[in-house]
Amino acid sequence: MTQLPTRRGLLFGAAAVSAGAVLAGCTSNDSDDEPAANDQPAADDKPGKAVTIGFAGPQADHGWLNAINDNAKSRAKKYSDVTLEITEGSNDTAQQIGQIETLINKKVDVLVILPADGKALTQVGLKAMRAGIPVINLDRIFNSPQAYRCWIGGDNYGMGLNAGHYIGEKLKGKSDARVIELAGLDNLELTQQRTKGFDDALKNYPNVKKVARQAAEFTVESGQAKMAQLLQAQSKFDALWNHDDDQGVGALRAIEQAGRDDFLMVGGAGALSAFQAIKKDDGVLKATVLYPPTMAASAIDLARALGQSKGVGGLAEFEIPASITLYSAVVDKTNVDQYMSTGFK
Amino acid sequence: MTQHASPPRDDTGKVPSAGQPPVWRGLFAHADVRTLSLLGVLAALILVGGITKPDEFLDTRNLQLVLTQASVIGVVTVGMTFVIMSGGIDLSVGAIVALASVWATTVATQEYGFGGILLTAVLVGLGCGLVNGLLIAYGGMVPFIATLAMLASARGLALQITDGKTQIVTVDSVLDLGLRDAYVLGIPPLVMVFAVVTVIGWLVLNRTTFGRRTVAVGGNAEAARLAGIDVRRQRLYLYLLSGLCCGIAAFLLIILSGSGQNTNGNLYELDAIAAAIIGGTLLSGGRGTITGSVLGVLIFTTITNIFALNNLQSDVQQIAKGAIIVAAVLVQRRTASTT
Repeated sequence: MTQLPTRRGLLFGAAAVSAGAVLAGCTSNDSDDEPAANDQPAADDKPGKAVTIGFAGPQADHGWLNAINDNAKSRAKKYSDVTLEITEGSNDTAQQIGQIETLINKKVDVLVILPADGKALTQVGLKAMRAGIPVINLDRIFNSPQAYRCWIGGDNYGMGLNAGHYIGEKLKGKSDARVIELAGLDNLELTQQRTKGFDDALKNYPNVKKVARQAAEFTVESGQAKMAQLLQAQSKFDALWNHDDDQGVGALRAIEQAGRDDFLMVGGAGALSAFQAIKKDDGVLKATVLYPPTMAASAIDLARALGQSKGVGGLAEFEIPASITLYSAVVDKTNVDQYMSTGFK
Repeated sequence: MTQHASPPRDDTGKVPSAGQPPVWRGLFAHADVRTLSLLGVLAALILVGGITKPDEFLDTRNLQLVLTQASVIGVVTVGMTFVIMSGGIDLSVGAIVALASVWATTVATQEYGFGGILLTAVLVGLGCGLVNGLLIAYGGMVPFIATLAMLASARGLALQITDGKTQIVTVDSVLDLGLRDAYVLGIPPLVMVFAVVTVIGWLVLNRTTFGRRTVAVGGNAEAARLAGIDVRRQRLYLYLLSGLCCGIAAFLLIILSGSGQNTNGNLYELDAIAAAIIGGTLLSGGRGTITGSVLGVLIFTTITNIFALNNLQSDVQQIAKGAIIVAAVLVQRRTASTT
C-alpha cells in the first residue's frame, strides 16, 4: 500500500529529471568535456518510450573508470527518453550488491552493471534477470550467461595481440630485435590475457624476442619504479609495450630520468596524455592500443534499445546482440586526431 | 634513568637485556649486533646480485637507482620508527602521502610553482599528523584506530580532490630535480634528502632529550609520566613528526613520478612497519634504531632490484619477500641472543 505514493513520486521525479536532461542536452552539446566518440545511437534517435537505466560501477579511483562514468552520464544526457539512476561506485562486493538490489527494488527498466568483481556479483545479476530487469553486463563478465542479457566489453587478449603485431611490423627486417613488456597488476586475469595475446602475436615474427617482463600496478608510482628497474636490466632493446597509460605516465618519467630514447614504446588503454604525446611525436611513445571507456556510452545505448524493444540500427536482427567484444584499435600518429576527444585524464 | 622505576610490564617484557644493570649501554650493544646482522643480510644480497647480474647490478647507475627508489619509503620509515618506538603505530602514512601529493599537484597549487608545491605537501603532512596526534594524545584514542580512521579519510579526500584523475606536474623546477642533470657529484637530490632526514633522525633519537623521552614513553609510559615527562605532548609531537616525514616523502614522490595520484603511497604503512621491524624496532615500543630501519628499507629495495634485474615475476618476488622477512628476523634473534 505504501508503495503507491513512492512510485508516483519516482515517476514524477523521473519526468522532472528527464525534462532537466533535455534542457541540459540542449546547452551542453558542444562543451569540450563531453567525450565525443561516435555519436550515432545504437537504435535510433527518435524519442521513444521512457527508459530508466540503473547504472552500478566500481569506485572511480583511476582515470579509466572515471571515464566510464563520464561516458555513461553524458550519453544518457543526450536522450530525452532516458533517465539514469547512477549509484555511488564501490569496490566492496557486499556494498555493490546492496546498491544493485536497491536499483532492483526501485524497478528500473534496465540495469547496466560494471562489477567490481564479475564472479562475485553473478548472483545479483541473476536476481535482477529473474525479477524481469534485463542486465547489460559491462566489461567484467559474470560467471553465468543467465546473469545478463547482453555483455559488452573490451578485448584484453586482442589488446596484446594488436600491440604485438604493431611492434612486430615496426621491427620487421631488424635481426635479433629485443622487446620488453611492462605489464599491469599480475593478480588480475586480464593482465595474463594481455600478456598471452602479446606473446602469441610476437610468435609471428621470428626475428623478435621478448627479453624481459615486469608487472606494475596500474599506478604512476609503480610504473616509474618498475620501468626504472627494467631500463637498468636491459641496456639495449628495441621496443616496449606498456599495458596501461596511467602507469605509462610513470614509465615515461623513468625513461626520461634514465635519459633513454633508443627504442619505441606502445601504450595501452587510451589516456589523453598518451594521445597528446603521440601527436607531438617527440618522445619514445609512438602508439597506444585502446581499451575504450566509450564502451559505457555504448552500454547506455544498448540499454535504451533494450528498454524500447529495438534492435541495433544497421544490423538485420530485431534484438540487440547477446555479446559484443570491442576492438582494441591501435592509435598512432596517423589516426590520433580522431581519438583525441575520447582520451581520459 | 627511568628504568629503575619500571615494574615488569607486559610491553617491556621482551627487552632482552632486562637482567643487566647498565640498561642504556646494553641497549646500544644489542643495537650494534642487530645492525651488524642486517649489514650481513645486505652483504649477502649484494653478493647474490653481483653473481647473478654482475654488469647490471654492480653499476653506479644501479646504486643510484636503488637509493632513489628507497628514498620515498625511507623518509616515511624514519618517522614511523619514532612512532613505533613510542609504543604507537601510524597506519595512515600511505594515505597521507597520497593526500599530500595530490593536494600539492592540483592545478591551483601548481600555479605557485616550486615553493607552493613543497609547502603544500609539508603542510598537509603536518596537518594530518596534528589530527592524529590530537586524537591519540588528548582524545584518548588508540593509535591503531585513530590512524586507521585517518587512512580512510585521507584516501577518500585524495580521491575527491583528483576525481580519480592523474594530475601531471608541469612545473619544470620540480621535474628537473628528478633528472640526471640535477645529480651533484653523482648523488641524486632525492637521495640527499633521504640521507639528511636519516642523519637528523639519528641525531634526534640518540643525542637529544626528545629522543630519550620517546624511548622512555615507549618503554613504560606510566614510569615516564612519573619521571616528569609530558607523555601526551610527546605523543602529539611524534605523530606530527610522522606527518612531516610523509609530507617530505610526498614531495619526493612528486619529483620522482612527475605527478600526483590518489593511488600513491599504496601500502606504505606495511612497507614502513616491515622495514622498522626488520631493523630491530620492537613493535611494542621502547627499542629501535634509525640505522636499523634504514637498513631494513635498503634490504627491501635491493631485493626488489635484484628480482627485477633477473626478470623474476611478481609472484616469486612476493613469496621470496615474505621468506626473507622471516629469515632476517630469525637471524637477528639468533645473533642477539647469543651475545
